Amino acid sequence: MTRMSKFPGAGLAKGLAVTLRTMTKRSVTQGYPEVLPELPPRSRGVIALFEENCTVCMLCARECPDWCIYIDSHKEVVPAKEPGARDRTRNVLDRFAIDFALCMYCGICVEVCPFDALFWSPEFEYATEDIQQLTHEKDTLRAWMWTVPAPPALDERAEEPKELTMARRAADKLAKEQAQAASEASGASASEASEAPEDGTP
Amino acid sequence: MTLFEVLVRLVLVLLCFLVLPLVIGQTEHKVMGHMQARVGPIYAGGFHGWAQLVADGVKFAQKEDVVPAGADRRVFRLAPAVALIPYMVVLIAIPLGPGDLVGRSIDAGVFFVLAVMGVGVLGSLMAGWASANKFSLLGALRTAAQLMAYELPMLLAAASVAMAAGTLSLTGILGEWQWWWLPWQAVGAVVFFTAGLAELQRPPFDMPVADSEIIFGAYTEYTGLRFALFLLAEYAGILVLCALTTVLFLGGWHGPWSGDVGWLWTLLKTGLLAFVVIWLRVSYPRLREDQLQKLAWTGLIPLALGQLVLTGIVRVATA
Repeated sequence: MTRMSKFPGAGLAKGLAVTLRTMTKRSVTQGYPEVLPELPPRSRGVIALFEENCTVCMLCARECPDWCIYIDSHKEVVPAKEPGARDRTRNVLDRFAIDFALCMYCGICVEVCPFDALFWSPEFEYATEDIQQLTHEKDTLRAWMWTVPAPPALDERAEEPKELTMARRAADKLAKEQAQAASEASGASASEASEAPEDGTP
Repeated sequence: MTLFEVLVRLVLVLLCFLVLPLVIGQTEHKVMGHMQARVGPIYAGGFHGWAQLVADGVKFAQKEDVVPAGADRRVFRLAPAVALIPYMVVLIAIPLGPGDLVGRSIDAGVFFVLAVMGVGVLGSLMAGWASANKFSLLGALRTAAQLMAYELPMLLAAASVAMAAGTLSLTGILGEWQWWWLPWQAVGAVVFFTAGLAELQRPPFDMPVADSEIIFGAYTEYTGLRFALFLLAEYAGILVLCALTTVLFLGGWHGPWSGDVGWLWTLLKTGLLAFVVIWLRVSYPRLREDQLQKLAWTGLIPLALGQLVLTGIVRVATA
Protein backbone atom coordinates (compact mmCIF):
# COMPACT_ATOMS: atom_id res chain seq x y z
CA MET A 1 0.00 0.00 0.00
CA THR A 2 1.38 3.38 -0.93
CA ARG A 3 1.22 6.17 1.57
CA MET A 4 -2.26 7.54 2.00
CA SER A 5 -2.86 11.12 0.97
CA LYS A 6 -4.86 13.49 3.11
CA PHE A 7 -7.73 13.97 0.70
CA PRO A 8 -9.23 11.34 -1.55
CA GLY A 9 -8.30 12.21 -5.12
CA ALA A 10 -5.22 14.24 -4.13
CA GLY A 11 -3.11 11.89 -6.23
CA LEU A 12 -5.37 12.42 -9.23
CA ALA A 13 -5.08 16.19 -8.85
CA LYS A 14 -1.32 15.91 -8.55
CA GLY A 15 -1.21 14.00 -11.82
CA LEU A 16 -3.18 16.72 -13.57
CA ALA A 17 -0.90 19.38 -12.09
CA VAL A 18 2.22 17.64 -13.41
CA THR A 19 0.96 17.53 -16.99
CA LEU A 20 -0.30 21.11 -16.83
CA ARG A 21 3.00 22.36 -15.47
CA THR A 22 4.88 20.50 -18.19
CA MET A 23 2.71 22.16 -20.81
CA THR A 24 3.74 25.63 -19.65
CA LYS A 25 7.45 24.82 -19.83
CA ARG A 26 9.58 24.78 -22.97
CA SER A 27 9.59 21.46 -24.71
CA VAL A 28 12.83 19.52 -24.87
CA THR A 29 12.50 18.60 -28.53
CA GLN A 30 15.61 19.30 -30.61
CA GLY A 31 14.89 20.78 -34.03
CA TYR A 32 17.78 18.79 -35.45
CA PRO A 33 17.82 19.21 -39.23
CA GLU A 34 17.15 22.95 -38.88
CA VAL A 35 18.97 23.53 -35.62
CA LEU A 36 22.28 21.74 -35.22
CA PRO A 37 22.79 20.16 -31.81
CA GLU A 38 25.17 21.72 -29.33
CA LEU A 39 27.58 18.87 -28.83
CA PRO A 40 29.75 18.67 -25.73
CA PRO A 41 33.48 19.24 -26.24
CA ARG A 42 35.42 16.11 -27.21
CA SER A 43 32.38 14.58 -28.87
CA ARG A 44 33.31 11.43 -30.75
CA GLY A 45 31.77 12.08 -34.14
CA VAL A 46 34.38 10.88 -36.61
CA ILE A 47 38.13 10.28 -36.71
CA ALA A 48 40.08 12.83 -38.76
CA LEU A 49 43.56 12.28 -40.16
CA PHE A 50 46.22 14.99 -40.13
CA GLU A 51 48.02 13.44 -43.05
CA GLU A 52 51.14 15.59 -42.86
CA ASN A 53 51.93 14.21 -39.40
CA CYS A 54 51.55 10.56 -40.33
CA THR A 55 54.77 8.56 -40.56
CA VAL A 56 53.14 5.24 -41.45
CA CYS A 57 54.28 3.69 -38.20
CA MET A 58 51.18 1.46 -38.37
CA LEU A 59 50.59 1.64 -34.61
CA CYS A 60 46.95 2.69 -35.09
CA ALA A 61 46.21 -0.13 -37.53
CA ARG A 62 47.77 -2.67 -35.19
CA GLU A 63 46.08 -1.45 -32.05
CA CYS A 64 42.63 -1.16 -33.63
CA PRO A 65 40.45 -3.82 -31.97
CA ASP A 66 38.21 -4.03 -35.04
CA TRP A 67 41.00 -3.93 -37.63
CA CYS A 68 39.11 -1.20 -39.43
CA ILE A 69 42.12 0.93 -40.42
CA TYR A 70 43.74 0.15 -43.75
CA ILE A 71 47.19 1.58 -44.52
CA ASP A 72 49.29 1.20 -47.66
CA SER A 73 52.68 2.88 -48.13
CA HIS A 74 55.92 2.69 -50.03
CA LYS A 75 59.44 3.86 -49.36
CA GLU A 76 61.10 6.67 -51.21
CA VAL A 77 64.80 7.32 -51.36
CA VAL A 78 65.84 10.79 -50.32
CA PRO A 79 69.22 11.51 -51.93
CA ALA A 80 72.00 12.50 -49.61
CA LYS A 81 72.32 16.23 -48.98
CA GLU A 82 76.04 16.27 -48.67
CA PRO A 83 78.56 14.40 -50.76
CA GLY A 84 79.76 11.23 -49.09
CA ALA A 85 76.66 10.88 -46.89
CA ARG A 86 74.26 7.99 -47.13
CA ASP A 87 70.94 8.20 -48.94
CA ARG A 88 67.96 8.18 -46.60
CA THR A 89 64.61 6.45 -47.04
CA ARG A 90 61.30 7.88 -46.07
CA ASN A 91 57.79 6.36 -45.78
CA VAL A 92 55.15 7.77 -48.11
CA LEU A 93 51.48 7.20 -47.27
CA ASP A 94 49.56 5.77 -50.23
CA ARG A 95 46.30 4.85 -48.62
CA PHE A 96 44.81 5.53 -45.22
CA ALA A 97 41.21 4.39 -44.84
CA ILE A 98 38.92 3.84 -41.88
CA ASP A 99 35.89 1.60 -42.24
CA PHE A 100 33.32 3.33 -40.02
CA ALA A 101 30.97 0.39 -40.46
CA LEU A 102 33.43 -1.61 -38.35
CA CYS A 103 34.76 1.17 -36.14
CA MET A 104 33.41 1.09 -32.60
CA TYR A 105 34.61 4.57 -31.77
CA CYS A 106 36.84 3.38 -28.95
CA GLY A 107 39.43 6.01 -29.83
CA ILE A 108 42.43 3.74 -29.19
CA CYS A 109 43.97 4.81 -32.53
CA VAL A 110 43.71 8.47 -31.50
CA GLU A 111 45.29 7.69 -28.13
CA VAL A 112 48.05 5.56 -29.53
CA CYS A 113 49.22 7.81 -32.40
CA PRO A 114 52.70 9.07 -31.35
CA PHE A 115 52.79 11.87 -33.95
CA ASP A 116 49.40 13.50 -33.37
CA ALA A 117 48.08 12.51 -36.76
CA LEU A 118 44.63 11.27 -35.61
CA PHE A 119 41.99 13.47 -33.97
CA TRP A 120 38.40 13.23 -32.85
CA SER A 121 36.03 15.47 -34.81
CA PRO A 122 32.46 16.20 -33.68
CA GLU A 123 31.23 15.86 -37.28
CA PHE A 124 28.51 13.18 -37.36
CA GLU A 125 26.52 13.69 -40.55
CA TYR A 126 28.13 11.06 -42.73
CA ALA A 127 25.40 8.42 -42.81
CA THR A 128 25.11 6.65 -46.16
CA GLU A 129 22.62 4.38 -47.83
CA ASP A 130 25.31 1.81 -48.60
CA ILE A 131 27.52 0.18 -46.01
CA GLN A 132 30.40 0.12 -48.52
CA GLN A 133 30.47 3.88 -48.61
CA LEU A 134 31.26 4.04 -44.91
CA THR A 135 34.91 3.28 -45.67
CA HIS A 136 36.44 6.72 -45.93
CA GLU A 137 39.76 7.32 -47.64
CA LYS A 138 42.50 9.70 -46.63
CA ASP A 139 41.27 12.73 -48.58
CA THR A 140 37.93 12.62 -46.72
CA LEU A 141 39.68 11.97 -43.43
CA ARG A 142 42.00 14.91 -44.15
CA ALA A 143 39.04 17.15 -44.96
CA TRP A 144 37.49 16.32 -41.60
CA MET A 145 40.60 17.75 -39.98
CA TRP A 146 39.08 21.20 -40.59
CA THR A 147 36.18 20.33 -38.28
CA VAL A 148 38.43 19.38 -35.36
CA PRO A 149 37.95 21.96 -32.60
CA ALA A 150 40.90 23.68 -30.95
CA PRO A 151 42.18 21.80 -27.92
CA PRO A 152 40.58 22.91 -24.67
CA ALA A 153 42.43 25.63 -22.77
CA LEU A 154 44.89 24.50 -20.14
CA ASP A 155 44.28 24.94 -16.45
CA GLU A 156 45.29 28.27 -15.00
CA ARG A 157 48.56 27.15 -13.41
CA ALA A 158 49.29 24.20 -15.66
CA GLU A 159 52.76 23.49 -16.93
CA GLU A 160 53.49 25.02 -20.29
CA PRO A 161 53.13 22.61 -23.23
CA LYS A 162 56.38 20.97 -24.21
CA GLU A 163 56.21 22.30 -27.76
CA LEU A 164 56.05 25.90 -26.57
CA THR A 165 58.99 25.42 -24.22
CA MET A 166 61.08 23.92 -26.98
CA ALA A 167 60.16 26.63 -29.44
CA ARG A 168 60.94 29.40 -26.99
CA ARG A 169 64.24 27.86 -26.03
CA ALA A 170 65.21 27.74 -29.71
CA ALA A 171 64.09 31.32 -30.24
CA ASP A 172 66.04 32.48 -27.18
CA LYS A 173 69.15 30.70 -28.40
CA LEU A 174 68.82 32.32 -31.81
CA ALA A 175 68.32 35.77 -30.34
CA LYS A 176 71.34 35.30 -28.08
CA GLU A 177 73.55 34.26 -30.99
CA GLN A 178 72.34 37.16 -33.08
CA ALA A 179 73.00 39.59 -30.24
CA GLN A 180 76.43 38.10 -29.75
CA ALA A 181 77.19 38.35 -33.47
CA ALA A 182 75.96 41.94 -33.52
CA SER A 183 78.13 42.91 -30.54
CA GLU A 184 81.15 41.16 -32.06
CA ALA A 185 80.55 42.95 -35.33
CA SER A 186 80.31 46.35 -33.67
CA GLY A 187 83.25 45.61 -31.32
CA ALA A 188 85.57 44.52 -34.17
CA SER A 189 86.28 46.50 -37.31
CA ALA A 190 83.29 47.02 -39.61
CA SER A 191 85.04 45.31 -42.49
CA GLU A 192 84.85 41.94 -40.71
CA ALA A 193 82.09 39.95 -42.32
CA SER A 194 79.43 38.95 -39.89
CA GLU A 195 78.70 35.25 -39.82
CA ALA A 196 75.28 34.27 -40.95
CA PRO A 197 73.38 33.20 -37.86
CA GLU A 198 72.54 29.55 -37.66
CA ASP A 199 68.99 28.68 -38.39
CA GLY A 200 67.40 28.24 -35.02
CA THR A 201 64.50 25.98 -35.69
CA PRO A 202 64.69 22.68 -33.85
CA MET B 1 -39.68 27.02 -41.49
CA THR B 2 -39.18 26.93 -45.22
CA LEU B 3 -37.33 24.17 -47.02
CA PHE B 4 -34.50 26.57 -47.79
CA GLU B 5 -34.08 27.48 -44.16
CA VAL B 6 -33.97 23.81 -43.18
CA LEU B 7 -31.29 23.20 -45.78
CA VAL B 8 -29.19 26.14 -44.58
CA ARG B 9 -29.39 24.88 -41.00
CA LEU B 10 -28.42 21.37 -41.99
CA VAL B 11 -25.47 22.64 -44.02
CA LEU B 12 -24.32 24.74 -41.06
CA VAL B 13 -24.59 21.76 -38.71
CA LEU B 14 -22.66 19.65 -41.22
CA LEU B 15 -20.00 22.33 -41.38
CA CYS B 16 -19.66 22.37 -37.59
CA PHE B 17 -19.52 18.58 -37.67
CA LEU B 18 -16.71 18.56 -40.20
CA VAL B 19 -14.62 21.38 -38.78
CA LEU B 20 -14.88 21.25 -34.97
CA PRO B 21 -13.76 17.61 -34.49
CA LEU B 22 -10.69 18.38 -36.59
CA VAL B 23 -9.97 21.44 -34.45
CA ILE B 24 -10.24 19.24 -31.36
CA GLY B 25 -7.98 16.65 -32.98
CA GLN B 26 -5.34 19.22 -33.85
CA THR B 27 -5.57 20.67 -30.34
CA GLU B 28 -5.05 17.20 -28.97
CA HIS B 29 -1.90 16.77 -31.08
CA LYS B 30 -0.44 20.03 -29.84
CA VAL B 31 -1.61 19.94 -26.21
CA MET B 32 -0.59 16.32 -25.77
CA GLY B 33 2.79 17.13 -27.29
CA HIS B 34 3.48 20.03 -24.98
CA MET B 35 2.18 18.17 -21.93
CA GLN B 36 4.79 15.52 -22.69
CA ALA B 37 7.49 18.17 -23.24
CA ARG B 38 7.38 17.59 -26.99
CA VAL B 39 6.24 20.07 -29.65
CA GLY B 40 3.73 17.95 -31.58
CA PRO B 41 3.33 18.37 -35.34
CA ILE B 42 5.29 21.39 -36.64
CA TYR B 43 5.89 20.85 -40.35
CA ALA B 44 2.54 20.26 -42.08
CA GLY B 45 1.10 23.53 -43.36
CA GLY B 46 3.99 25.62 -42.09
CA PHE B 47 2.38 27.34 -39.09
CA HIS B 48 2.67 25.03 -36.05
CA GLY B 49 1.66 22.08 -38.19
CA TRP B 50 -1.94 23.22 -38.56
CA ALA B 51 -2.49 20.99 -41.62
CA GLN B 52 -1.39 17.78 -39.91
CA LEU B 53 -4.87 16.29 -39.87
CA VAL B 54 -5.40 17.24 -43.53
CA ALA B 55 -2.20 15.38 -44.33
CA ASP B 56 -3.40 12.43 -42.24
CA GLY B 57 -6.67 12.42 -44.15
CA VAL B 58 -4.84 12.35 -47.48
CA LYS B 59 -2.72 9.49 -46.23
CA PHE B 60 -5.75 7.50 -45.07
CA ALA B 61 -7.52 8.11 -48.39
CA GLN B 62 -4.58 6.63 -50.29
CA LYS B 63 -4.49 3.40 -48.31
CA GLU B 64 -5.94 0.16 -49.54
CA ASP B 65 -9.39 -0.69 -48.25
CA VAL B 66 -8.95 -4.24 -46.95
CA VAL B 67 -11.81 -6.48 -45.86
CA PRO B 68 -10.64 -9.67 -44.11
CA ALA B 69 -11.48 -12.96 -45.85
CA GLY B 70 -13.66 -14.32 -43.06
CA ALA B 71 -15.43 -11.04 -42.37
CA ASP B 72 -19.14 -10.37 -42.67
CA ARG B 73 -18.60 -7.95 -45.53
CA ARG B 74 -21.76 -5.88 -45.40
CA VAL B 75 -21.73 -5.35 -41.64
CA PHE B 76 -18.00 -4.70 -41.74
CA ARG B 77 -18.45 -1.96 -44.31
CA LEU B 78 -21.47 -0.44 -42.65
CA ALA B 79 -19.93 -0.18 -39.15
CA PRO B 80 -17.97 3.08 -39.54
CA ALA B 81 -21.08 4.88 -40.76
CA VAL B 82 -23.09 3.57 -37.80
CA ALA B 83 -20.37 4.84 -35.49
CA LEU B 84 -20.12 8.28 -37.07
CA ILE B 85 -23.57 9.40 -38.19
CA PRO B 86 -25.33 9.38 -34.79
CA TYR B 87 -23.02 12.12 -33.54
CA MET B 88 -23.93 14.28 -36.51
CA VAL B 89 -27.61 13.72 -35.80
CA VAL B 90 -27.13 14.65 -32.14
CA LEU B 91 -25.43 17.88 -33.19
CA ILE B 92 -28.68 19.01 -34.85
CA ALA B 93 -30.47 19.15 -31.49
CA ILE B 94 -27.78 21.01 -29.52
CA PRO B 95 -28.54 24.73 -29.12
CA LEU B 96 -25.62 27.01 -29.94
CA GLY B 97 -27.04 30.33 -28.78
CA PRO B 98 -30.14 31.96 -27.34
CA GLY B 99 -33.41 32.05 -29.25
CA ASP B 100 -33.55 30.09 -32.46
CA LEU B 101 -29.83 29.40 -32.84
CA VAL B 102 -30.24 25.62 -32.98
CA GLY B 103 -30.38 23.09 -35.78
CA ARG B 104 -33.79 21.86 -34.72
CA SER B 105 -35.39 22.40 -31.34
CA ILE B 106 -36.80 19.05 -30.21
CA ASP B 107 -39.33 18.78 -27.37
CA ALA B 108 -37.90 15.53 -25.99
CA GLY B 109 -34.35 16.72 -26.69
CA VAL B 110 -32.61 14.97 -23.79
CA PHE B 111 -34.25 11.67 -24.68
CA PHE B 112 -33.44 12.07 -28.35
CA VAL B 113 -29.84 13.02 -27.77
CA LEU B 114 -29.02 10.25 -25.32
CA ALA B 115 -30.83 7.60 -27.36
CA VAL B 116 -29.04 8.52 -30.58
CA MET B 117 -25.66 8.77 -28.84
CA GLY B 118 -26.13 5.20 -27.63
CA VAL B 119 -26.43 4.06 -31.25
CA GLY B 120 -22.88 5.20 -31.97
CA VAL B 121 -21.49 2.48 -29.72
CA LEU B 122 -23.29 -0.08 -31.89
CA GLY B 123 -20.81 0.80 -34.65
CA SER B 124 -17.92 -0.55 -32.55
CA LEU B 125 -19.93 -3.63 -31.67
CA MET B 126 -20.74 -4.31 -35.34
CA ALA B 127 -17.13 -3.72 -36.33
CA GLY B 128 -15.81 -6.12 -33.73
CA TRP B 129 -18.33 -8.85 -34.52
CA ALA B 130 -17.92 -8.60 -38.30
CA SER B 131 -14.11 -8.58 -38.31
CA ALA B 132 -13.71 -12.32 -37.70
CA ASN B 133 -10.85 -11.59 -35.32
CA LYS B 134 -10.73 -12.56 -31.68
CA PHE B 135 -9.12 -9.32 -30.57
CA SER B 136 -11.78 -7.33 -32.35
CA LEU B 137 -14.47 -9.41 -30.74
CA LEU B 138 -12.86 -8.98 -27.35
CA GLY B 139 -12.79 -5.23 -27.87
CA ALA B 140 -16.37 -5.16 -29.04
CA LEU B 141 -17.60 -7.11 -26.03
CA ARG B 142 -15.68 -4.81 -23.71
CA THR B 143 -17.33 -1.90 -25.49
CA ALA B 144 -20.71 -3.49 -24.88
CA ALA B 145 -19.96 -4.10 -21.22
CA GLN B 146 -18.78 -0.53 -20.85
CA LEU B 147 -21.90 0.82 -22.54
CA MET B 148 -24.10 -1.21 -20.18
CA ALA B 149 -22.27 0.10 -17.14
CA TYR B 150 -21.97 3.76 -18.06
CA GLU B 151 -25.22 4.45 -19.91
CA LEU B 152 -27.09 4.26 -16.60
CA PRO B 153 -25.22 6.96 -14.62
CA MET B 154 -25.24 9.15 -17.70
CA LEU B 155 -29.01 8.88 -18.02
CA LEU B 156 -29.54 9.44 -14.31
CA ALA B 157 -27.36 12.57 -14.34
CA ALA B 158 -29.20 13.93 -17.36
CA ALA B 159 -32.53 13.10 -15.74
CA SER B 160 -31.52 15.21 -12.75
CA VAL B 161 -31.16 18.29 -14.96
CA ALA B 162 -34.42 17.54 -16.74
CA MET B 163 -36.07 17.30 -13.32
CA ALA B 164 -34.58 20.61 -12.22
CA ALA B 165 -35.78 22.38 -15.35
CA GLY B 166 -39.09 20.60 -15.57
CA THR B 167 -38.61 20.02 -19.28
CA LEU B 168 -36.90 17.56 -21.60
CA SER B 169 -36.18 20.12 -24.30
CA LEU B 170 -32.56 21.25 -24.48
CA THR B 171 -33.55 24.80 -25.38
CA GLY B 172 -36.14 24.68 -22.56
CA ILE B 173 -33.48 23.58 -20.05
CA LEU B 174 -31.26 26.47 -21.10
CA GLY B 175 -34.21 28.84 -20.78
CA GLU B 176 -34.73 27.78 -17.17
CA TRP B 177 -31.06 27.76 -16.25
CA GLN B 178 -29.85 29.87 -13.32
CA TRP B 179 -26.27 30.38 -12.18
CA TRP B 180 -26.85 28.54 -8.88
CA TRP B 181 -27.58 25.38 -10.81
CA LEU B 182 -23.81 25.15 -11.21
CA PRO B 183 -23.12 24.07 -7.60
CA TRP B 184 -26.51 22.41 -7.35
CA GLN B 185 -25.85 20.04 -10.29
CA ALA B 186 -22.06 19.82 -9.86
CA VAL B 187 -22.03 16.14 -8.87
CA GLY B 188 -24.32 15.34 -11.78
CA ALA B 189 -22.01 17.20 -14.13
CA VAL B 190 -18.98 15.20 -13.00
CA VAL B 191 -20.90 11.93 -13.30
CA PHE B 192 -22.25 12.84 -16.75
CA PHE B 193 -18.86 13.92 -18.06
CA THR B 194 -17.05 10.88 -16.68
CA ALA B 195 -19.66 8.45 -17.96
CA GLY B 196 -19.58 10.18 -21.33
CA LEU B 197 -15.81 9.78 -21.48
CA ALA B 198 -16.21 6.10 -20.76
CA GLU B 199 -18.84 5.76 -23.44
CA LEU B 200 -16.49 7.37 -25.96
CA GLN B 201 -13.78 4.92 -24.87
CA ARG B 202 -11.42 7.79 -24.28
CA PRO B 203 -8.46 7.29 -21.95
CA PRO B 204 -8.43 6.53 -19.04
CA PHE B 205 -11.49 4.46 -20.01
CA ASP B 206 -10.02 3.03 -23.22
CA MET B 207 -9.95 -0.61 -22.19
CA PRO B 208 -12.00 -1.66 -25.26
CA VAL B 209 -9.47 -0.16 -27.69
CA ALA B 210 -6.38 -0.73 -25.51
CA ASP B 211 -3.88 -0.61 -28.36
CA SER B 212 -1.06 -2.19 -26.37
CA GLU B 213 -2.94 -5.35 -25.52
CA ILE B 214 -5.84 -5.96 -27.91
CA ILE B 215 -4.47 -3.85 -30.77
CA PHE B 216 -7.19 -1.19 -31.00
CA GLY B 217 -9.97 -3.67 -30.27
CA ALA B 218 -12.84 -3.50 -32.71
CA TYR B 219 -10.81 -1.44 -35.19
CA THR B 220 -7.96 -3.94 -35.58
CA GLU B 221 -8.93 -5.01 -39.11
CA TYR B 222 -9.80 -1.57 -40.43
CA THR B 223 -7.60 0.35 -42.82
CA GLY B 224 -7.73 3.49 -44.90
CA LEU B 225 -10.80 5.65 -44.98
CA ARG B 226 -12.97 3.40 -42.83
CA PHE B 227 -10.43 3.54 -40.05
CA ALA B 228 -10.26 7.31 -40.47
CA LEU B 229 -14.03 7.45 -40.08
CA PHE B 230 -13.79 5.60 -36.75
CA LEU B 231 -11.16 8.08 -35.60
CA LEU B 232 -13.33 10.97 -36.74
CA ALA B 233 -16.23 9.41 -34.81
CA GLU B 234 -14.10 9.54 -31.67
CA TYR B 235 -13.45 13.25 -32.07
CA ALA B 236 -17.03 13.98 -33.09
CA GLY B 237 -17.95 12.11 -29.92
CA ILE B 238 -15.77 14.40 -27.84
CA LEU B 239 -17.42 17.40 -29.45
CA VAL B 240 -20.92 16.09 -28.78
CA LEU B 241 -20.13 15.08 -25.20
CA CYS B 242 -18.55 18.43 -24.39
CA ALA B 243 -21.35 20.37 -26.05
CA LEU B 244 -23.97 18.32 -24.19
CA THR B 245 -22.23 18.78 -20.85
CA THR B 246 -22.05 22.49 -21.60
CA VAL B 247 -25.75 22.71 -22.41
CA LEU B 248 -27.00 20.54 -19.56
CA PHE B 249 -24.69 21.57 -16.71
CA LEU B 250 -22.65 24.65 -17.56
CA GLY B 251 -25.45 26.84 -18.80
CA GLY B 252 -24.68 26.71 -22.52
CA TRP B 253 -24.88 30.22 -23.93
CA HIS B 254 -25.44 31.89 -20.54
CA GLY B 255 -22.74 34.41 -19.64
CA PRO B 256 -22.00 38.12 -19.86
CA TRP B 257 -23.42 39.73 -23.05
CA SER B 258 -25.03 36.42 -23.88
CA GLY B 259 -27.58 38.23 -26.04
CA ASP B 260 -24.91 39.13 -28.57
CA VAL B 261 -22.21 36.52 -28.16
CA GLY B 262 -24.11 33.58 -26.69
CA TRP B 263 -22.79 31.23 -29.37
CA LEU B 264 -19.27 32.21 -28.38
CA TRP B 265 -19.96 31.20 -24.79
CA THR B 266 -21.18 27.78 -25.93
CA LEU B 267 -18.11 27.26 -28.09
CA LEU B 268 -15.79 28.51 -25.34
CA LYS B 269 -17.21 26.19 -22.69
CA THR B 270 -17.21 23.27 -25.14
CA GLY B 271 -13.60 23.98 -26.03
CA LEU B 272 -12.63 24.15 -22.38
CA LEU B 273 -14.23 20.77 -21.72
CA ALA B 274 -12.52 19.32 -24.79
CA PHE B 275 -9.22 20.52 -23.32
CA VAL B 276 -10.10 18.68 -20.10
CA VAL B 277 -10.78 15.53 -22.14
CA ILE B 278 -7.30 15.76 -23.67
CA TRP B 279 -5.76 16.65 -20.33
CA LEU B 280 -7.26 13.55 -18.70
CA ARG B 281 -5.93 11.40 -21.54
CA VAL B 282 -2.40 12.64 -21.03
CA SER B 283 -2.45 12.43 -17.25
CA TYR B 284 -3.99 9.09 -16.35
CA PRO B 285 -3.13 5.48 -17.05
CA ARG B 286 -5.74 3.09 -18.39
CA LEU B 287 -8.25 1.57 -15.97
CA ARG B 288 -8.38 -2.21 -15.78
CA GLU B 289 -11.60 -3.88 -16.90
CA ASP B 290 -12.75 -4.72 -13.37
CA GLN B 291 -11.82 -1.25 -12.11
CA LEU B 292 -13.90 0.19 -14.93
CA GLN B 293 -16.97 -1.77 -13.90
CA LYS B 294 -16.38 -1.08 -10.23
CA LEU B 295 -16.14 2.66 -10.81
CA ALA B 296 -19.44 2.68 -12.66
CA TRP B 297 -21.52 0.44 -10.43
CA THR B 298 -20.18 1.38 -6.99
CA GLY B 299 -19.10 4.95 -7.70
CA LEU B 300 -20.97 6.79 -10.40
CA ILE B 301 -24.42 5.24 -10.07
CA PRO B 302 -24.77 5.94 -6.33
CA LEU B 303 -23.48 9.47 -6.94
CA ALA B 304 -26.00 9.97 -9.74
CA LEU B 305 -28.82 8.65 -7.57
CA GLY B 306 -27.71 10.97 -4.77
CA GLN B 307 -27.78 13.89 -7.19
CA LEU B 308 -31.28 12.87 -8.24
CA VAL B 309 -32.44 12.88 -4.60
CA LEU B 310 -30.82 16.27 -4.00
CA THR B 311 -32.44 17.69 -7.11
CA GLY B 312 -35.80 16.35 -5.99
CA ILE B 313 -35.50 17.82 -2.49
CA VAL B 314 -34.44 21.27 -3.70
CA ARG B 315 -37.10 21.23 -6.38
CA VAL B 316 -39.86 20.44 -3.89
CA ALA B 317 -38.50 22.90 -1.34
CA THR B 318 -38.38 25.80 -3.80
CA ALA B 319 -41.64 24.99 -5.56
